[in-house]
Amino acid sequence: MAKGKKKKEVDDRFKRFGTVSFTAISKVNDFVDYLAQGKVMGTKCKKCGTVHFPPVADCAECLSSDVEWFEVTGTGKLVSFSKLTYGPVGFEDDLPYAIAILDYGDYKVFGRIDKNIPDEELSIGIAMKTKPITLPNDQLSYVFTKA
Amino acid sequence: MERVGIIGVGQSAFVRGYPGSIRELAYEGFKEAMEDAKISNGDIDASIVCSAPEYDKQRSPAGVIAEYLGLTPQPTFYVESVCSSSSTGLKVAYSMIKAGLHDVVCVLGFQKMSEISSAESQERMGRGADIQWESPFGTMMPAYYAMYARAHMAEYGTTEEDLALIRLKAATYGQLNEKAVYRKPVTMEQIFDPERPPVATPLKVFDCCANADGSSCIIVASEEKAKAFCEKPVWIRGLGASSEPVNMAARDLFTGLNVAIEAGKQAYEMAGVGPEDIDVAEVHDCFTIAEMMAYENLGFAKPGEGKELIGAKETYKEGKIPVNVDGGLLSKGHPIGATGGSQIRTIVLQLRGEAGPMQVKDPEIGLVHNIGGVGLYGNVTILGRS
Ligand SMILES: [Zn+2]
Repeated sequence: MAKGKKKKEVDDRFKRFGTVSFTAISKVNDFVDYLAQGKVMGTKCKKCGTVHFPPVADCAECLSSDVEWFEVTGTGKLVSFSKLTYGPVGFEDDLPYAIAILDYGDYKVFGRIDKNIPDEELSIGIAMKTKPITLPNDQLSYVFTKA
Repeated sequence: MERVGIIGVGQSAFVRGYPGSIRELAYEGFKEAMEDAKISNGDIDASIVCSAPEYDKQRSPAGVIAEYLGLTPQPTFYVESVCSSSSTGLKVAYSMIKAGLHDVVCVLGFQKMSEISSAESQERMGRGADIQWESPFGTMMPAYYAMYARAHMAEYGTTEEDLALIRLKAATYGQLNEKAVYRKPVTMEQIFDPERPPVATPLKVFDCCANADGSSCIIVASEEKAKAFCEKPVWIRGLGASSEPVNMAARDLFTGLNVAIEAGKQAYEMAGVGPEDIDVAEVHDCFTIAEMMAYENLGFAKPGEGKELIGAKETYKEGKIPVNVDGGLLSKGHPIGATGGSQIRTIVLQLRGEAGPMQVKDPEIGLVHNIGGVGLYGNVTILGRS
């Protein structure tokens, strides 16, 4: 008789990140749980204090893997942005959309701009916030909104 | 010091949908370089095959290509740094020759971008960035360069018209280059056609280079062999290379490419020359903004003054510093792994005075700026007649 094989649990929470995720497994899978809780989180190395966004499991500066989470809060300055008319496979329904970078001083955040913001209200240097969202396909992400 | 020289250069025509397999495509660049060098397969001690693997169906293409080109049993291997793969290959060849391991090395760059369907290609394009943290947002290459364009415009007042001037220059010379994929004239009206939506604001269709299939081949030799085989070897004077974080969030410069600045510094220092000594240059104009930033990052213009350089036509053939007078990637097309080799070929032909209708007057020193990804990898190579 075949013994009931226990399926090994795979922690693939990361596959829920973004419209289409290309990564399923990461040591920073907790990032996705935080997103579900409405928090965008980065990491800080407990040993040398280096701050990372996107979060990292390992600090290459001091070779420590003892990192703690911090929340991306407040406003960042819009560094640059571009609105795409064409997108890769899997993103057709989202078009057009704008990708952008926000500068928070100690770190920067790459992401998308909230679609509800009219083009004419966007310019380099404006203050924006990073807001967690749940996408129509139940994936988790974040967008930049006006501060 | 022992020098390392280039004794043969070749490239296929860059085309849309090459009617043959990758080994046959590679053969085209190889044949031209071998005829140029006037050597036989047995004279080559090793080969380096360069391409971007996401377009290859063949696993480990170096083997099948070396076989088809009659380069076995000599060592062969694969080198990749996306769009800058074949200038990375040149650097590796230089290193192997300098180390005394080999005397003559063949650097073969190729890409058959039509090997995969355009849907597959679109899918792969989405993975050209950081797949964990950026691709989930739906990123595309043009949008990244577009962010650099917007930042450059905000910082320096560069306009879409300034960028369009770069495309007009590319089209001027693309028409003269029989190996270019895009040989039609281009007008301002076409560039600003309101019927064509921007690809990624502020970049429009004509700000972007086209995919193409193509191959290039550079044959590199030790000083002794170069002098024995070749009447007019072109010498590798300077090599610089650098890398930058893939993720935009980890970068601090958006009005230029750090990799180009750093690689340029290294190459100038090694060659013992400065930007003012460069007589002709090939820069990686995958997008018009990329050429604009290259002017500034390589020191042909001060930061923000690239627009004056192109505005005064100083990068035309008759100008102070002719740039991409073979039509550049914008006209030639950009078969990823073949591009660097094609740029090197152009400069070698220029320095030998064999560039035909694109020939610049009597150049002594030339420069190649070849960028991989969105300023992810940067190679700057300086070549000289002496
Ligand atoms: Zn640390």
